[in-house]
Order: sequence, then C-alpha cells, then structure tokens
Amino acid sequence: MGSLNIENVKKAFGPVEVLKGINLEVNDGEFVVFVGPSGCGKSTLLRVIAGLEDSTSGRVVIDGADVSTTPPAKRGIAMVFQTYALYPHLTVKNNMGLGLKQAGTPAAEIERRIGIASSMLSLEPYLERRPAELSGGQRQRVAIGRAVVREPKLFLFDEPLSNLDAALRVNTRLEIAQLHRRLKATMIYVTHDQVEAMTLADKIVVLNAGKIEQIGGPMELYNSPANEFVAGFIGSPKMNFVDGARLGETAKTIGVRPEHLTVDPKSGAWKGTVVHAEHLGADTNLYLDCEKAGLITVRIFGVYDAEPGATLYATPDPAKTYRFGADGKVLK
Amino acid sequence: MSTATRSVPRTIGAHAILLTYTAIALFPVILVIMNSFKSRAGIFGAPLTPPTPKTFDLIGYTTVIGQGDFIHYFQNSLIVTVASLFFVLLFGAMAAFALSEYRFRGNSLMGLYLALGIMIPIRLGTVAILQLMVASGLVNTLTALILVYTAQGLPLAVFILSEFMKQVSDDLKNAGRIDGLSEYTIFFRLVLPLVRPSMATVAVFTMIPIWNDLWFPLILAPSEETKTVTLGAQLFLGQFVTNWNAILAALSLAIMPVLILYVIFSRQLIRGITSGAVK
Repeated sequence: MGSLNIENVKKAFGPVEVLKGINLEVNDGEFVVFVGPSGCGKSTLLRVIAGLEDSTSGRVVIDGADVSTTPPAKRGIAMVFQTYALYPHLTVKNNMGLGLKQAGTPAAEIERRIGIASSMLSLEPYLERRPAELSGGQRQRVAIGRAVVREPKLFLFDEPLSNLDAALRVNTRLEIAQLHRRLKATMIYVTHDQVEAMTLADKIVVLNAGKIEQIGGPMELYNSPANEFVAGFIGSPKMNFVDGARLGETAKTIGVRPEHLTVDPKSGAWKGTVVHAEHLGADTNLYLDCEKAGLITVRIFGVYDAEPGATLYATPDPAKTYRFGADGKVLK
Repeated sequence: MSTATRSVPRTIGAHAILLTYTAIALFPVILVIMNSFKSRAGIFGAPLTPPTPKTFDLIGYTTVIGQGDFIHYFQNSLIVTVASLFFVLLFGAMAAFALSEYRFRGNSLMGLYLALGIMIPIRLGTVAILQLMVASGLVNTLTALILVYTAQGLPLAVFILSEFMKQVSDDLKNAGRIDGLSEYTIFFRLVLPLVRPSMATVAVFTMIPIWNDLWFPLILAPSEETKTVTLGAQLFLGQFVTNWNAILAALSLAIMPVLILYVIFSRQLIRGITSGAVK
C-alpha cells in the first residue's frame, strides 16, 4: 500500500530545465533517499511527487493511480519540511490533527491517532504547547508526528535534519530509522548529506543536474559506482581522482578511496610529502602531495603520527581501484 | 552609571536631542489642547500660557457639543475611516498575496500597475471622480468617501504588504496545502497573522490622511447628514468672525479617536517586532 512510479517526469521553469526526464520505481515499504548537490533538482522532484509543483510532462503514479492532476491533500501523502512549517497559532495537538480534521475524520479517531503518534515520538508532555514554546528538536518531532497521524501511503521528507545541530541530527536520524522499521511505510527522503543517505536508505537515488546518475543500495553505490560523479559523491572523505596519463594508465582517470590507500615511510607506489594531518582519534586523515598523483587524501584507521613535511609512500589497493573512461563511466 | 556601552555625556546628549525634537513635534498639539480650555480673552491675551483659574473656560466644548451635530460628525468620520481601512487592508492584503504567491504571466507588470497610484495624487482626478459620483448618484453619501479612500489607500498597501508576504515561509503554506487547507484558509489563518505587524503599519499610514482629509468630504459629501469632523469644524470658521474656542475644542476632540486607533495598531507593531527578534 505505498508504491510509487515516476514516468519520464520533466520540469522546466521558463527556459531552465530542472528535471530532465526522471524514471523511478519505489516499492512498498522502501526507504528511498534522493541525494545530490544543491541545485540538482532533488527538492523539485519531491515537490512534484507531493503535488506542490506541476510537472511539465510525465506521470506520477501512486499505488497504481495516476495522481498527476490530483491536489496534494488527496494524494495520500504526508510531508516533513526542513523549516518544520508548524502552524504557529495552533497547539501541538491541533497541529497534528488539522489535516485529519480537514478531511472530516471523526474526533475520536483523531484523538486515537494523535495518542499513538505522540507516544511514539514522546511528545505527550507537550501536546498543549504552541510551537514557539518548543526547542528545534521537539518542533521537528511534532512535524514528523503531524505526518504520522495522517497514516499516509507515502512519507516525504525534505531535508528534515539540516536545521538541527549535530548531536540532535544523529538522534533524530535514529528516530526516523526506527519509525520506518515500526511503520513499514514507504518513505522518500531528500538530503544533500551523504551520511544521512548511507545510514537511512534501502535505496539511494543519486541526482545530478536534473538527471539520475545511479540508483542502488548504499553498499552497491560505495563498492561499484557507475561513474565518476557517484564515486566522488558517495564516501567521506571524497575519493581521490588521479589523471590516468600521469600514472601511465590507459584510463582517463584513476579513482581510489582514501581508506583504500596504505602508507609506508620507506617504499610504495606514490612518493609524497605530508601537507597536513587531521587526527580524529578513531582514524587519521593525511593529505599528501605526491610527485605522480598530485594532492591526495589517505585515511588511516587508528592513530598515525606524521609531521607535515615528512616523506611518505602511498600505495593503492589494486582490487579497490576504479578506472574511469573519458565520458566519466567506469571501465570494466 | 557608566558602563562599557554607555557614557554619561553621551546619554545626556542623546536625551537632550530627543527631548528637543519631542517638544518641537508636540508643540502645536499642546498649544491646541491648552487653548481649547481657555476663554476667548485668554486665548488672545496670552496664547502660550497654560489655562489659569482666571482664563479657564469650557465654553469651546459646550459650544461644540451644543451647537451643530458634532456627535453625528464624529460618527461619520469613524464610519468612513474604519470602513475604508477595512477595505484597504482586506483587498490590499489579498492582492499582495496573489502577487507574491502565484507565478502567472504579467505578475510583475500587475504589481507595478497596482503600485502606480503611489506616484499619482488622487486629487488630480477630483473632477472626474465628482462626475462619476454624480452619475452614479453617490454624491452626499458616505459610500462615495469610502470608495475614494479605499482607492487612495490601496496602492501603498499592496506595495508594502506584497514585500512582507514574500518573506512568509513557503514551507508553511505548502504544509497547509498538504493538510488540505483551501487557499483562502491559508491566506486568512496562516499568512495574515504572520504579517500582522506590517498590516498595522499600513493601517496607521492609511488611517491618518483619511481622518484628517478635508478635500473629498467638502467636494463629495458636504451635506449636513454626511459631514465629517474636519468639515464640521469649518462651521466655526467664518469669513468675518471665527469662533476659536469652538475650533480648538473640536480639533482637540478630533485627535482622540485617531490617537486611540493609533495606540491599538502600534501595540501590534511592537508585539510583531519583539516576537520576530527571539525567533
């Protein structure tokens, strides 16, 4: 009860094409994350699914029914916004109940659903407060609660965590993951943060410049990216890209993740000098200026002492080195 | 008390400047109110002194209340001002919402057209307006005044309110749409409360010229039935003899309602400013 099909959706604002033909299938109960740099069209795509923007062409199908011309309230969706978007003049309880009230749901049923949602999100003590009296994290929980009480076919999240501070972001992320497990509902989540994408998603859709670059599970994208863009976008710190010609390779670009490089003070493939070292405790990021490969990042697990200016040799793991052609696609 | 941010001489200087300005701004008002409580001889003998037991006289007020139908004039002024204000705010806010919220062809041209009235004084059209009112049989009605003042106030209202409405969060309006609120409910329940401070600003700017206007009441509605306060005060302004007691008393009385309305709106203004500051 919550599948979504997007068929060749295009969206243009005047002459600017924001979505250039999106095809996507989301199965019932899946957690799908749209990820991409800002301006890639991920939020616009979410708005098209919600019905807040009309697509220029193409179809949006929810549960087998074409909803391309259905108003947002009748699509069976609920949305959580980045800025919470709570109604400032209503209490938490009425904020959550307004949608149901508009749809003519009996008061007892509204009460029951608010009870379930508020206990799920531990909002019971705040039901009579107004949004202005809540902290940022509580407001976002209310916004999620407002979506939960509607029992929608489809949950839409538009960067819900980006207004929260780092600690709260991790907690709320966990809550959203638990919520998905408990409700088994279909959820679509937009973010520019690849950590959120990797930790939450069943399926990640990587968007760039209005087109889908790759669709796949988190590990699939990490282990076998289809092209240079996805390889660079997924993983932190970012993958190192080295000009193939400088290494005497046939491929245009050679890519290797920082964690797939080993360093040795005496010998190795690429000789370089340490530019900077970041000590994070659990791991150490070294920035090496290599003669052959240019500036690269190496991630070493655990503590590693290296002073800037020291000479180190970095060696890539040949099994985990990616080769990209001139068009950016991975060469098999 | 001297602190890092405040020094005594600077505080005194700032207060001196502000107090001087306040005194200059309030001087005419105080002069009017002071002299309205004096006898005729008192007004002419020593216009700048406050009423003393010798010069104190309520003759002005008794004349105003006794002669002419002043209560009725007040009523007319209030009806015209409040009704015009209501229509200016309602239509101005609705037009501003449409201009700021919906993308349609000619949006910015329409905005410019609606704001054009700020630059063209409506009095230039007096003759045409009078002909129009005669033709539609609205001369000597309050409706005529309300229509003209609504037209006069709308351009500024649309201009100011559309700027403020652009700042209302899109997410909030979209949340309303997903919850199934109609565009009217979104406008009245979500957007209007958030732009209340700017509505108060527009109300103050619109209200004062309407209340004080002499021109249109004189031309469009000079009959006894429809006289406004400013026009009614002219009653005591003769070609040869002017009843200063009565005029000053009428003016003092005329300040009151507009002052009350101003206080109501400015409280909204302050509440809006402080609620925005702490997020």
